[in-house]
Amino acid sequence: MSDTVRIFFEDRELTARADQSVGGALVGNGITAWRTTRGEGRPRGLFCGIGMCFDCLITVDGRPGQRACLVPVRDGMRLTASTWED
Amino acid sequence: MTGDVTCEVAVVGAGAVGAATAYFAARAGLRVVVLDRGAPGGGTSSAGEGNVLVSDKDTGPELDLARYSQRVWREDLAEHGHHWEFEAKGGVVVAASGRSLADLRALAARQRAAGVAVEDAGPDDLPGLEPELRPGLAGGAYYPEDAQVQPALLVAHLLRLARAHGARVLPHEPVTAVRAPGGRVTGVRTPRRRVHAPAVVNAAGTWAGEVAALAGVEVPVLPRRGFVLVTEPLPPLIRHKVYAAEYVGDVGSSDAALQSSPVVEGTPAGTVLIGSTRERVGFDRRPSRAALARLARGALELFPALAQVRAIRAYHGFRPYCPDHLPVLGPDPRLPGLWHAGGHEGAGIGLSAGTGLLLAQALTGAPTALDLAPFAPDRKGLVA
Amino acid sequence: MNAPPEPGYDVAVVGAGPAGLAAAVTAAARGRAVLLLDAADRPGGQFWRHPPTPPDGGGEDGHGRSGWGTFTALRRALRDHAGRGRLAYRPGQQVWLVTRDEDGFLIETTPTHDGVEPLPGPARARRLVLAPGGGDRHLPVPGWTLPGVMAAGGAQALLKGQRTLAGRRAVVAGTGPFLLPVAAGLAEAGAEVVGVWEAGSPLAWTRHLPAVARVPAKLAEGAGYAAALARHRVPYRTRTVVSAVLGEDRVRAVRRTSLDATGTPRPGGTEVPVDLVALGWGFTPSLELPLQLGAATRVDADGSLVAAVDADQRTDVPGLYAAGEATGVGGAALGVAEGTLAGLAAAGAATDTAPARRLRATIRAHRAFARAMHLAHPVPAGWTRWLTDDTVVCRCEEVKCAAVRAAHDELAAGDARTVKMLTRTGMGWCQGRMCGFATAALTAELTGHRPAEAELRSTASRPLAAPVPLCELAREARLFPST
Repeated sequence: MSDTVRIFFEDRELTARADQSVGGALVGNGITAWRTTRGEGRPRGLFCGIGMCFDCLITVDGRPGQRACLVPVRDGMRLTASTWED
Repeated sequence: MTGDVTCEVAVVGAGAVGAATAYFAARAGLRVVVLDRGAPGGGTSSAGEGNVLVSDKDTGPELDLARYSQRVWREDLAEHGHHWEFEAKGGVVVAASGRSLADLRALAARQRAAGVAVEDAGPDDLPGLEPELRPGLAGGAYYPEDAQVQPALLVAHLLRLARAHGARVLPHEPVTAVRAPGGRVTGVRTPRRRVHAPAVVNAAGTWAGEVAALAGVEVPVLPRRGFVLVTEPLPPLIRHKVYAAEYVGDVGSSDAALQSSPVVEGTPAGTVLIGSTRERVGFDRRPSRAALARLARGALELFPALAQVRAIRAYHGFRPYCPDHLPVLGPDPRLPGLWHAGGHEGAGIGLSAGTGLLLAQALTGAPTALDLAPFAPDRKGLVA
Repeated sequence: MNAPPEPGYDVAVVGAGPAGLAAAVTAAARGRAVLLLDAADRPGGQFWRHPPTPPDGGGEDGHGRSGWGTFTALRRALRDHAGRGRLAYRPGQQVWLVTRDEDGFLIETTPTHDGVEPLPGPARARRLVLAPGGGDRHLPVPGWTLPGVMAAGGAQALLKGQRTLAGRRAVVAGTGPFLLPVAAGLAEAGAEVVGVWEAGSPLAWTRHLPAVARVPAKLAEGAGYAAALARHRVPYRTRTVVSAVLGEDRVRAVRRTSLDATGTPRPGGTEVPVDLVALGWGFTPSLELPLQLGAATRVDADGSLVAAVDADQRTDVPGLYAAGEATGVGGAALGVAEGTLAGLAAAGAATDTAPARRLRATIRAHRAFARAMHLAHPVPAGWTRWLTDDTVVCRCEEVKCAAVRAAHDELAAGDARTVKMLTRTGMGWCQGRMCGFATAALTAELTGHRPAEAELRSTASRPLAAPVPLCELAREARLFPST
């Protein structure tokens, strides 16, 4: 069955399985961080993995503050890192 | 450890007002003991927004106290301001209709005559002050003196400074009796000890009426519940303390007691605080859906750009108010040795600085910088 | 709101894990109109998490999973009741507020993520069963904010829910039997697991053998994981911890340190290269919904605040029941038994029957087992020794250990709530779900007294149980029509 999708993280095109979350797809592609913290600009990615810690916040199709561990991937989805500089 | 203590001033209540009173009294050389039934700053002080406002007060004794407090914040306490994140961010009051703008202009004129710094802002000035404000507002006023502190830090540091001047802080010691044999206060009792003191300052905030009752006098302080919403941290979006000139009546609610006027501001932590409802419902601690909706609606009326922003927290506190909406300050003529410093309603943080210094002046027998008569515990109309 | 009260549902259940599923299908089977709300997209909770699509080769990926047969039976019942219109199942909905009035409960929800349709308004139910589950309990350790460090449950969720390995070379550390299935899962999925490092003592369980013997299934389950670990040659060390995570922008290695008999880390340690660190120190039940309704609580054997319930899973709030981890961490089988009993009671069915008595016997045995587990796997007494001044305690607000200590030492903070207000621990996005236990434990150590129940209630209370967009908060409350 055709169960892979293409997603975009920043300028990279990635392949993900349709049953993955955004966080799972990024980690599966070797990307472990996509947010920098407000105070010290430190990198963060998945931590609790179940929607409780909010460390994995990411911008999905222009909507900021989405939990990467919960949002399912969708073909053509565009992901951008969350930073405090913009 | 259990053990009776002797001091010159026992302050009952370690909120902002009690902590400021203790600090200034200790700094003036008095031996001070501060008692609280719980943790310092654990009551109303930690359940508000840290307002230090002149903008919301009409001319009269409360504005005089607010202006005096401004001086204390900026002069007597200036060197410590960074500890409690004192931020002179300024306030912007906005009016949606021509009629409320006229009322705001008249208020500003009276305040200006009393010495308050206030600048009228026309509709075209508002985007320059607050770019995200809803377009189409009738106008507003800018109050550069309005400021903000972080109340929990304020209380903790004032008590730290008081301790450095020899004060002793006894948390988790509720006052169970005010001792006044022969019609004169000699101290208080807690479950652990007796505190001998010729002066007892009732700074118990919303619970001041209960402490007064222990001394056999009536102080009509009542709780007024206020909810505050906190959003997710955001990049800087709102620069000032922004609120609406209109007190929005509670037209559609079954609870006629619920009122709100939106107050929206950013904080150093990046969160946006949205206050504040006013309800007279006693000490009801359950979350109120209606109050939360009212706060969110009020914020969106001012700042539509917040629509998709998420609230992550809500909290509430019980503001102490007297029927005539003035605090009760100074010695109680009905019982020598009993003093009051409370009933500041939603302004206790901002007024704590002036209140504390005035009480210290009076406790040391010095002339007070402000006449305390309008705040007298036995003033006309306050008690039967 | 002056709208006339709508009939709403007979029973609402929050949470579709073992306890919530059991409660919902049990109440529906008794003819009640049931609403089942769950934050996840699929039923099963954390325990029976599974992918949305069958893996290659067909069949569902539950093979060998503990209690999977129980789950598929519950899911069949769920589909059956939903198909007959007796049960409304609403996945992807987080409950953020429950309130109660004379007509029952009002339940407010918000979609868990974009793409889920919001419910048309709040739901009303005469009775409410809360089975909100919980999450991993955490202890801070230097470097634990580096990408590549995950909650043990999170690493497992990635594996169970979406067959994704979070790293290639992993260590699983902390305490408790849950470390075993996490390590076994990672190893089965192809990761090199350099070790399971259990902080507890190997002899701890022997003190509780009678309680363990009452639940033979747990022993068999543990033996299965042990066999899997042996097959993959995963070393199991006791009295061993990760005392630091090393790396710049992601995990490079961990420091392995052994504990002495008092649970205090010995000096030094060995650097072990890894790219995935899975940490678990037991579980923290989610108590915000019971606390919103003012339900009575107690402190469980593991130090967690849990809802107090009677023999029918009733809380002290009329019409409110609790089941599963919220009444004490104890696993799926216990959750199913409690949920079934809560479903019966909430449906108004008799609970003095032989089946109900058997459920209570199961609950008692599993509670005894859970107690033994908690006592055998405490947080090591000397854990704070591995903290450095700049170890982050609160991940959201980046509050360091030194700030927490200064709040106590310099500002005389004497309880966790005051520490929170002075330092902003627990004030960020997660509202203390990650750092709440650690802040309380650290404060307790500084002040020399254990947190009182009232203090735990104060730090576990969250008037908003989930973040809610202001536009949703601002909406007029309308009642969610019943089925």
